[in-house]
Amino acid sequence: MITDKTTLWIVIVLLGIGTFLIRFSFLGLIGGRDLPPWLLRHLRYTAVAVMPGLIAPLVVWPAATGGIPDAPRLIAALIAFAIGIGTRSVVGTIIGGMAALYLFQYLLA
Amino acid sequence: MPGTNPKSFFLAGFRDCSPFILIVVPFGTLFGVVAVEAGLDLIEAMAMTMLVIAGAAQFTAISLMQEQAPVAIVLLTAFAVNFRMAMYSAGLVPHLGRAPGWQRVLMSYFLVDQAFAVSLAKFEREPALTMPQKVAYYIGTAVPIASLWVLFSLIGAVVGRAIPPEYSLDFALPVCFIALSAPAMRSLPHFVAGLVSVIGALALGWVPWSMGLIIAALLAMMAGAETERRLKRGVA
Repeated sequence: MITDKTTLWIVIVLLGIGTFLIRFSFLGLIGGRDLPPWLLRHLRYTAVAVMPGLIAPLVVWPAATGGIPDAPRLIAALIAFAIGIGTRSVVGTIIGGMAALYLFQYLLA
Repeated sequence: MPGTNPKSFFLAGFRDCSPFILIVVPFGTLFGVVAVEAGLDLIEAMAMTMLVIAGAAQFTAISLMQEQAPVAIVLLTAFAVNFRMAMYSAGLVPHLGRAPGWQRVLMSYFLVDQAFAVSLAKFEREPALTMPQKVAYYIGTAVPIASLWVLFSLIGAVVGRAIPPEYSLDFALPVCFIALSAPAMRSLPHFVAGLVSVIGALALGWVPWSMGLIIAALLAMMAGAETERRLKRGVA
């Protein structure tokens, strides 16, 4: 239980301010200035550079199994990725991925 | 073809981001439940969810505070989890950097993963969009998702019942990010960047403060940019 309410409020306020400043950083400070072509070329890959790396540990070392690799989760992630590439449908990817997880949890149980 | 006024772009943004309601509803609810179980009252839980609007960092902060971690550790760990948003902020500069200052403040406050990925994909597909159209589209992707996050945190805090573990809700998070990144894999450099990101994040999982992800992401951006440069020169 969190009982120290002063600490809690310090965390809430500072976390809010700090998170805003992280989000505002480049958009706020660089603003409308022109960026060099080499930097623009790097920035084009921001999404595909951050998100797959965010996913991989969650899939390979899931907290739900205590960090032990889990075949249904690995298979379902690959199926979801294939659906995402093939259909470009967000709903299809989410539903297909969860359905594949339940299916392989049932089959491999 | 939608109209050209900002309202229709707002609606288009909302429509393109609406599938992520499937993810935000259960996780928002879960945050409300976890916060109340950790001892936060309704005002504290809602203050946190409205000021921070970042699920992973909120869960991290709550769990560290329950372990009585020092304030500095709680903050540094949660900031590390959110550090990827600085990269999102940089990624949006070429598209939204020229918007008026107050709009950039507003857009930064609402900068969540889904809004970033969906908006960036749209701006790259349709480079001819005007600034007001881009801003309206972005706000359409961000504000409804962020509002639902807050609303369902409230519902979770009040109703106080989480989805049972048999449903493997944990997997909804990676599936959400797969749905965000798979459509972005539209060229060889994008694939190379994605692959480097995955390998880098797994190999650097031991680096403290979640900084392995940031290093992997920087390496992946370099790999993508370098692949693009070589393809253009016809070297690769």
